Amino acid sequence: MSPPATSQRYPSPSQPSGKSEVTDLKSQLRQLAGSRAPGVDDSKRDLFKKVISYMTIGIDVSSVFGEMVMCSATSDIVLKKMCYLYVGNYAKGNPDLSLLTINFLQRDCKDEDPMIRGLALRSLCSLRVPNLVEYLVGPLGSGLKDNNSYVRTIAVTGVLKLYHISASTCIDADFPATLKSLMLHDSDAQVVANCLSALQEIWSLEASHSEEACREKESLLTKPVIYYFLNRIKEFNEWAQCLILELAVKYVPSDSNDIFDIMNLLEDRLQHANGAVVLATVRVFLQLTLSMADVHQQVYERIKSPLLTLVSSGSPEQSYAILSHLHLLVVRAPYIFAADYKHFYCQYNEPSYVKKLKLEMLTAVANESNTYEIVTELCEYAANVDIAIARESIRAVGKIALQQYDVNAIVDRLLQFLEMEKDYVTAETLVLVKDLLRKYPQWSHDCISVVGGISSKNIQEPKGKAALIWMLGEYAQDMSDAPYILENLIENWEEEHSAEVRLHLLTAAMKCFFKRAPETQKALGLALAAGIADFHQDVHDRALFYYRVLQYDVQVAERVVSPPKQAVSVFADTQSSEIKDRIFDEFNSLSVIYQKPSYMFTDKEHRGPFEFSDELGNIPITPEASSDIVPAQQFEANDKDLLLSTDQKDDNKGLINNNGSAYTAPSYESSSNTITSQMQELAISGPGTSTTTPQSSFGFDDIFGLGLSAAPAPTPSPPLLKLNPRAALEPAAFQQKWRQLPISLTQEYNVNPQGIAALTVPQSLIKHMQSHSIHCIASGGQSPNFKFFFFAQKESEPSNYLAECIINSSSAKAQIKLKADEQSTSQAFATVFETALSKFGMP
Amino acid sequence: MMISQFFVLSQRGDNIVFRDYRAEVPKGSTETFFRKVKFWKEDGNAEAPPIFNVDGVNYFHVKVVGLYFVATTRVNVSPSLVLELLQRIARVIKDYLGVLNEDSFRKNFVLVYELLDEVIDFGYVQTTSTEVLKSYVFNEPIVVAPTRLQPIDPAAIFTQGAKRMPGTAVTKSVVANDPGGRRREEIFVDIIEKISVTFSSSGYILTSEIDGTIQMKSYLSGNPEIRLALNEDLNIGRGGRSVYDYRSSSGSGVILDDCNFHESVRLDSFDSDRTLSLVPPDGEFPVMNYRMTQEFKPPFHVNTLIEEAGRLKAEVIIKIRAEFPSDIVANTIIVQMPLPNYTSRASFELEPGAAGQRTDFKESSKMLEWGLKKIVGGAEHTLRAKLTFSQEFHGNITKEAGPVSMTFTIPMYNVSKLQVKYLQIAKKSSSYNPYRWVRYVTQANSYVARI
Repeated sequence: MSPPATSQRYPSPSQPSGKSEVTDLKSQLRQLAGSRAPGVDDSKRDLFKKVISYMTIGIDVSSVFGEMVMCSATSDIVLKKMCYLYVGNYAKGNPDLSLLTINFLQRDCKDEDPMIRGLALRSLCSLRVPNLVEYLVGPLGSGLKDNNSYVRTIAVTGVLKLYHISASTCIDADFPATLKSLMLHDSDAQVVANCLSALQEIWSLEASHSEEACREKESLLTKPVIYYFLNRIKEFNEWAQCLILELAVKYVPSDSNDIFDIMNLLEDRLQHANGAVVLATVRVFLQLTLSMADVHQQVYERIKSPLLTLVSSGSPEQSYAILSHLHLLVVRAPYIFAADYKHFYCQYNEPSYVKKLKLEMLTAVANESNTYEIVTELCEYAANVDIAIARESIRAVGKIALQQYDVNAIVDRLLQFLEMEKDYVTAETLVLVKDLLRKYPQWSHDCISVVGGISSKNIQEPKGKAALIWMLGEYAQDMSDAPYILENLIENWEEEHSAEVRLHLLTAAMKCFFKRAPETQKALGLALAAGIADFHQDVHDRALFYYRVLQYDVQVAERVVSPPKQAVSVFADTQSSEIKDRIFDEFNSLSVIYQKPSYMFTDKEHRGPFEFSDELGNIPITPEASSDIVPAQQFEANDKDLLLSTDQKDDNKGLINNNGSAYTAPSYESSSNTITSQMQELAISGPGTSTTTPQSSFGFDDIFGLGLSAAPAPTPSPPLLKLNPRAALEPAAFQQKWRQLPISLTQEYNVNPQGIAALTVPQSLIKHMQSHSIHCIASGGQSPNFKFFFFAQKESEPSNYLAECIINSSSAKAQIKLKADEQSTSQAFATVFETALSKFGMP
Repeated sequence: MMISQFFVLSQRGDNIVFRDYRAEVPKGSTETFFRKVKFWKEDGNAEAPPIFNVDGVNYFHVKVVGLYFVATTRVNVSPSLVLELLQRIARVIKDYLGVLNEDSFRKNFVLVYELLDEVIDFGYVQTTSTEVLKSYVFNEPIVVAPTRLQPIDPAAIFTQGAKRMPGTAVTKSVVANDPGGRRREEIFVDIIEKISVTFSSSGYILTSEIDGTIQMKSYLSGNPEIRLALNEDLNIGRGGRSVYDYRSSSGSGVILDDCNFHESVRLDSFDSDRTLSLVPPDGEFPVMNYRMTQEFKPPFHVNTLIEEAGRLKAEVIIKIRAEFPSDIVANTIIVQMPLPNYTSRASFELEPGAAGQRTDFKESSKMLEWGLKKIVGGAEHTLRAKLTFSQEFHGNITKEAGPVSMTFTIPMYNVSKLQVKYLQIAKKSSSYNPYRWVRYVTQANSYVARI
């Protein structure tokens, strides 16, 4: 930081020109130190102020330490405070000089004025000098017993400070036990609150090496302690209330009465004007009701209004914090907020960080009934002066279109965007149209006619340009001048700065070539030549690869580069559901703001209030098993597949198909001329031969469990199957079995509406199935597609049943794949499974 | 739940106060923070969000009167707790200093340190109650004259215009005495409503909301209990029988969507007679925040027309009509409208005899601005602007301009009809009759008319 440009108007932090001022101060302080003249305190005050102001702006005034201490012999409390502040700041760097202060601080700790006792004790504990800790124990001990609550409050925090300077001294003096007793018996609320925070910190740190601390830490979460706090929560100030509520979150209630008792106790906290109190209460409510789907949903309804009020009553910063939490809830349970969409409309004067959140919320809550209004509103923002927000708005429209509601109308809107002829609007829209076409190929005719009219010259942004080029390649047969537009672009290869665009050009030229070989031949030749000569490694590699495949066999090349398209049914979310659950578990923390679980941005010792949940909540998806290897791998693979961009995916599929085939490599030195001529030969030898064998659709079948239905094995009148309620199966064993066993049954069931409603909390299904002795080993997915892996065991013998269950909440269908050690009994298990599933959500 | 450091930076990035509570964050955090905020460019956002993380340190900030109030921590704390705390610290400091600005801060930084020591200990919040803090704080504030309006305080508008209002109140320190050593016994209750309205291009209301606060500032000695009676026909929560219940003569009653209360408020008789009782702590605080989406009559009607007038010209006509009674006067009205970005010039034509109006075309942001000192209820004002374009426009000109937005303040007027029926101070002596000020004000939060 540059030194402050303070003008003469500010007498306090004058120009920090260097050492001379400090030396000056030093001599002036020295003069005053011994003086007892009247008015000397006023002069001292002025000098002290100067010292503190230097300290504030970062000038090192530690050299006057001795003088400050000498001047501290005074009864003026304002002077004392300044001196304490100074000493606290510099003691650590001057351990020897600090010894000088011990004397007067210890004396002040015995002063008859409780204010001075407290202040001295606070300063004494703030020195942070390890070899002075012996002087702390005595004053702290008497401070904890002081009859004045102000002194006790400070002493309690003092114990925590001592712990951080020297843990062993603190433990040896048995201070934690004293704090515990104070916490449970002191009459002053702030003393109690400080005891709680100090003990939580100390025991959490001690727990790693002391079993006793571990037990003590757990003891905070017992019913009597929790109720001791909750029953008197109103005696505490708002900040301490937050502390208590954070503690209550970790409490595991004994039964549903317990849950309702707590919620009734805390109900009125939702009306508090302090957003932190409300959010902490909301977190308690949400956590308590996780296993009670219907109550959980009521909680959402209940908290909606208070949160909306907080959003609109605070400063923009405070609204942002609340809104981030609302955002999380909206994304989790969009239908609960669907009718409140107008609250998420942007106001023109809101900061962009608020607008961005609101746009995401609007996208999330869009459904059949409100899509029209929401999209109309979003279209208003697309013309916004704030370009970043305009872009986000267009993206939001696109995302809503991909959610399937009223696509028809939305496509029209998108096409209208293209008519606005604003560069960034066009670019964003093109990207969207591309994604839409990937999902709804049936719209191609409407879109292409408009897109075809766009001149590529008007698009500067690589993303938009790449999207346009992709469409030119993909729909070459529908756009009459596609080959010529591509050729034009390829001729200007040198001027194209974006490697992404050049990569797309290569692929598009290839695709176009397969459809309209004679017209594209020249362009493709040019593109490959330019690509191979390209300095960008990826562009070069791709050009070379295309060239070699073409040379090997044009039909193979077509299969590789331009396989028949499969509509993308769901675009992968960027975040896995495990991560989202994790963030939800860390409600009312920074995880929600950053949209990342705490382990991604904090080191272990700083995770704060979540130390507890860390141990218990490590395995959100497998309540009993010890690790979650299965889901991690499964879903990572899926996500990757879904995330691939269009052209990557094409290539990958091809690569897999062609595994093992040998390419004959052309010499690297081939000049562009020879390539072009070879290309001409190629083009003649195999123009437009289309592959007849439809590509087996790789990733998708597997992921969504469509098709692949095996004939159900008919088993006559299955005997009633008894399952082991305590079945156990290691995830690794599950994974192995799942791979080895054949599918013995594939079935589709309808899920009743109550069950779908209950799925808001996917965990509730897990709990429900468990009550039928069917255990979940892994789960994932998000609305509307949820996926679960279950297993069960026969009660009498170790015979396993494995099930994959995919539930689509919008179609209310569940698809089940069963595998069994004993094929003959799988029908019996299927019956049990179906019965269990049909009861899900029923009271 | 603990913070590591607290500091206040000026707009230029100078440290005004700096307090390190836990010595966990490396040196240079103020510079890191300031650089990050000044040069924020992430995900297309020009503005730094209030919370961000740099190298494992979380920075929280709120902006108050142009100053940055910042807290740092390494712990995964509750974000609203920290932001709420920062805002509260600003309020406590303002209670003490009377006026909050860089100047008063610098003159009183020792007092501010004294406050901070009691507000936070080792990163844990101890108290933010001005009342409680009074007994621990010994520095006398050095009073700074208020130079201009303080945006922190919506009630500050009472210092201008209405003569009946004691303007000193909002800038008086809670600990300072009046000249002569005696404190004036008085209490202020302000009903501040911020309204948001969006009109569609056809003039129909798309969304409307009132965000209100009943704000109190008490200078009463001896902390007497206060009873605040609101409208009897006040209803909270939608969907009740309220809408059809015509108990009171004034019509359909006031329906709040939701509200929340300060922790000192007791609601024992709120359900029966809509009375709040409280012992007001020292300093300024919101008694109640409320939110209302019940339909109300917007105070201004805006009518905008933009028309092509030749190849490189267009004309804009903006008409505003004040839809409130003629004994009410709105002040500091500003009307803004973004013009097409190829607009090179705008010439204005005000109505004949217009006084206290100004017009401006901001070339860099292509913004039309029309300011009016005041508008009397019932009045209508019109602005005509002739635009010159640097290039020919194509397509729809209405898509290139607007929307029209307005800011204004209307003292002694509230759109929700929420009222403080009476303010009762429980004190036995009959001679005790402190000044009671109940003031209303309506402000535009987001008042937008699309074209």
